[in-house]
Amino acid sequence: MIYRETGQYKTTYEADQQLFPILQDRIFVLLVIAFAFGAVPFLASEYLFRAILTPFLILSLAAIGLNILVGYCGQVSLGTGGFMAVGAYAAYNLALRLPDLNLLVVFVLAGLCATVVGVLFGLPSLRIKGFYLAVATLAAQFFLDWAFARIGWFTNYAPSGSVSAPPLVILGWEVVGPVRKYLLVLGIVCVFALVARNLVRGAIGRSWMAMRDMDVAAEVIGIRPLYAKVTAFAVSSFFVGLSGALWAFVYLGAWEPLAFDVNRSFQLLFMVIIGGLGSILGSFLGAAFIVILPLALNQMPGWLGVEMSTALISHIELMVFGALIVFFLIVEPHGLARLWAIGKEKLRLWPFPH
Amino acid sequence: MNIFQQKWMTGLLLAALAVGALAPMLSGVAGFPQWLEVVLGGLMSGVLYSLVALGLVLIFKASGVFNFAQGAMVLFAALTLVRLMEKMPFVVALAIAALVMVAIAWLVERLVLRPLVNQEGIVLFMATLGVAYFIDGIGQIIWGSDIYTLDIGMPKEPKILLEKTFEGGILVSMEDVIAAVIAAALVGALALFFQKTGTGRALRAVADDHQAAQSIGIPLGRIWVIVWSVSGLVALVAGIIWGSKLGVQFSLQLIALKALPVVILGGFTSIPGAILGGLIIGLGEKLSEVYLGPLLGGGIENWFAYVLALVFLLVRPEGLFGEKHIDRV
Amino acid sequence: MKHTWKWKAAAAALALAGGIGAAQDALAQSKEIFVPVLVYRTGAYAPNGAPWADGFVDYLKLVNARDGGVNGVKIAYEECETGYATDRGVECYERLKSKKPVAVNPLSTGITFALTEKVANDKIVLMTTGYGRADSVDGSVFAWNFPFLGTYWDAADMLVQEVAKKGNLKGKKIALVYHDSPYGKEPIPVLEALAKQKGFTLVKLPVTHPGVEQKATWLQVRQQRPDYVFLWGWGVMNSTAIKEAIAVSYPRLQMYGVWWSGAEPDVLPAEMAAKGYNAITMGHSAEKDRPVHKDMLKFLYDKGQGTAAKKEEVGSVLYNRGMISAMMLVESIKSAQSKYGKRVMTGEEVRWGAEHLNLDAAKIKAIGFEGMVQPVKTSCMDHGGAHRGRIHTWDGKEWSYTSDMLEANQKFLRPMIEASAKKYAQEKHITPRDCSKEK
Repeated sequence: MIYRETGQYKTTYEADQQLFPILQDRIFVLLVIAFAFGAVPFLASEYLFRAILTPFLILSLAAIGLNILVGYCGQVSLGTGGFMAVGAYAAYNLALRLPDLNLLVVFVLAGLCATVVGVLFGLPSLRIKGFYLAVATLAAQFFLDWAFARIGWFTNYAPSGSVSAPPLVILGWEVVGPVRKYLLVLGIVCVFALVARNLVRGAIGRSWMAMRDMDVAAEVIGIRPLYAKVTAFAVSSFFVGLSGALWAFVYLGAWEPLAFDVNRSFQLLFMVIIGGLGSILGSFLGAAFIVILPLALNQMPGWLGVEMSTALISHIELMVFGALIVFFLIVEPHGLARLWAIGKEKLRLWPFPH
Repeated sequence: MNIFQQKWMTGLLLAALAVGALAPMLSGVAGFPQWLEVVLGGLMSGVLYSLVALGLVLIFKASGVFNFAQGAMVLFAALTLVRLMEKMPFVVALAIAALVMVAIAWLVERLVLRPLVNQEGIVLFMATLGVAYFIDGIGQIIWGSDIYTLDIGMPKEPKILLEKTFEGGILVSMEDVIAAVIAAALVGALALFFQKTGTGRALRAVADDHQAAQSIGIPLGRIWVIVWSVSGLVALVAGIIWGSKLGVQFSLQLIALKALPVVILGGFTSIPGAILGGLIIGLGEKLSEVYLGPLLGGGIENWFAYVLALVFLLVRPEGLFGEKHIDRV
Repeated sequence: MKHTWKWKAAAAALALAGGIGAAQDALAQSKEIFVPVLVYRTGAYAPNGAPWADGFVDYLKLVNARDGGVNGVKIAYEECETGYATDRGVECYERLKSKKPVAVNPLSTGITFALTEKVANDKIVLMTTGYGRADSVDGSVFAWNFPFLGTYWDAADMLVQEVAKKGNLKGKKIALVYHDSPYGKEPIPVLEALAKQKGFTLVKLPVTHPGVEQKATWLQVRQQRPDYVFLWGWGVMNSTAIKEAIAVSYPRLQMYGVWWSGAEPDVLPAEMAAKGYNAITMGHSAEKDRPVHKDMLKFLYDKGQGTAAKKEEVGSVLYNRGMISAMMLVESIKSAQSKYGKRVMTGEEVRWGAEHLNLDAAKIKAIGFEGMVQPVKTSCMDHGGAHRGRIHTWDGKEWSYTSDMLEANQKFLRPMIEASAKKYAQEKHITPRDCSKEK
């Protein structure tokens, strides 16, 4: 009853192919965006901005990138952390060597650098498939980790190998304080989430999905595997690289390659799987889940009034984390996005039984 | 690329690698004894990688699961053993640890694999990641997160051979030699088990075709428990060897990351592949770190193993001995 | 009403998230000085991280239990697990910041680098006792960093002094086996400069995190046959390095660790075979019998309130270091109170206190740390306060001192520190304070 698309007739192809074909979805997305821009900055506490919202948004962007590759194109990658590092170090070097460049341009260029590297490491996907590819992408992860630790030029020969971001100023707007950082990240994420949504419903997105569902069949009907796979790697790496630059500049401030190690890759993969493969919304839900879960688990003993040692909490955190992953995979292998879809189905009828 | 070409390419690649491996000695960068020490060290590490890779291959063959939890199992097995040894003699502790590994296998089959049957490979892989986290957490809760010394009487001091022939002699770590012998014996025993026993035949049948095996009455669930138990026991042996070398502590589980390039190089489904792959990776890793590392700034062995595996995959996408995969629409 | 369900869900999610935040803020209003304790009790570095954390927390507990707080003001603390990961450390810092802490001790050089800029904005003192950035000794640029009791540059210089005593270093070879992270890389500039000055060759051998794979490294050591090996490791890397050194028969007598590579968890796995292994100390070793240890047992462990699992841990090297780190914090608060009055301090006030510390031998004896801490005198110019240390050696059972007190050559180090600090100031557009005007 609440969520009914009856009566919304599409009379043109354009109307049928628009970004959010259902009126309610459109309204909902607009409301969420309006709420995020208009209300959240006044409601949320500083802690919420710093520890939850900002990392959640940045990691969502990375999850969208990974989802394009894994969820839409079916190429499993364990090298995401490495590509994030490419974005971060590219942004660092661009900002360092071209100090007059607008930071937004720096971020986009950093994404493009990640694209180039991503395509390079994506090329083997033409020959290697499945788990073999997944493990092969670890080559990218470990190589990039090493390169940023070892090649002095990338870190401007910082003796400790740790680099820090320059002050964030965009067109005279100083991005200081949690609210401004949040708004900056939110703006970027909104734009690129819409871009991603647009890409995956277009011809290129459909060719990715055909590749995922069955690559030989896709080739037979005239989709060039080279083009489809390489573009998936390129677009995915762009998103991941961009989020890496944001993670380094906006969230961490100073970093070393370890911030983008293989655990980051796994974390992003969890987000994508738990959120839902092949769903932009799922990327957000997965990121929210993975960001909030450890914090909530950490606070749990405090809320319940139980005294627990830090070590015990973090071990329990590991256990619960592992158990939840298995639980989700068993109960809902299509992820949180699927739960959302089920909810929408229910709303279509509610409150009537049929 | 047809099969014929592929064989040529593989041969060429192996030849190139052999030349690369010999290069440091031939070019005079390193003397023969030094080079030999590195080669021996590499082979010894390689045998241990093979051992962990073997656990991965066993599970993949029988259940199509790429078991990332293998590393966590190595750590858990070693932790169980070392903490039990504080209270009881080695043999009893070993038996109990083995039983615990079998129990874990049974639980994993019951709670994780059975509900996920017929899911895609990637989902199963993620599930084993979850299992790995769970085992890490519970292992440290039960057994603690310190470094524990596991002393099973391995000799720590190395032997210097041929001191008269070469200056400085050739250093051989007796610990590594014993470890390699144990690992080799285990690999042999497993091969016999697979070839000669009824259970082994059933395992091979399941590996070939799940459905066909089930239709002729092979109980899939039990086979999975057996396979996971066997790889649990392999993990125990690997845990003992590595634990006695490094001390039993959290980082033992990282050995799983060492075994990954080995299995993709050798092929996910091949036991000989795991063995040969381990040797190639071990050798390549050590030679590259010692002779190429100084030129590049060091610390390269981690990615070198993966890049080496990647190069092999470009020539043989299913690994050296992996099953040929034929795509049908 | 459209969207009720979704709104409810969204509201619930926000309430949950908000609840986490609100719970934090509610606690901030109190009559206590709050100290976040960033620790790692799990993961690859837990064997070394846990005793340090136990010592740190125990000392805070002791001050509360024995003295009723710092001049009557109790110290509140909360642990946060970082796993020695930079991003998790930043997360912990951000989370605990809302409780208005006065000072933070991250126990990680990587996290120190990430926090250096943040603490200046947030007005929180960053105390890095025996680690952190070496150039942050220069308080004119790094107003909020306090690398108390010695930096890695001090350690590198003192180690070279020590081996130079055994014979001229000209033409000798020193290998640095280091943890491939900001921590391990810190000493390199100083060692390179010293190599040039003294004419020895420096062989750099990085070990990838977490450091269980060192066979190739030690094969290189065997082939290069360096005269000395300096070990700059942490966690399992230390014990592995010693075990691999044994496996290639490298003499332990020629191995020198930094103070983070010279504790019990590093040598115990190899036990007797590690005999002869040396490490520089931060002025303390495994003292167990000082008044502070007796108090620790009396006020905490005898009442079952100690943090460590076993009371034998009290007085181990890393436990002592945790205690000393906490002591430096408490003394900084005391020093601030002497100027601002005996009440709850703010970050700025503690910063002043830390910059005007003056712990002479008598004072150190009075607080029960006799012989474990070198006299400390900080100033705007010198945020370290002390730059001395001595070598201790593992005899298979315990650590014992084997050298006289060494002192880092500040004449040599100071220009490097200032140059590096100046570069940082330029990068970050910081105007250095004029130290001559600071009181």
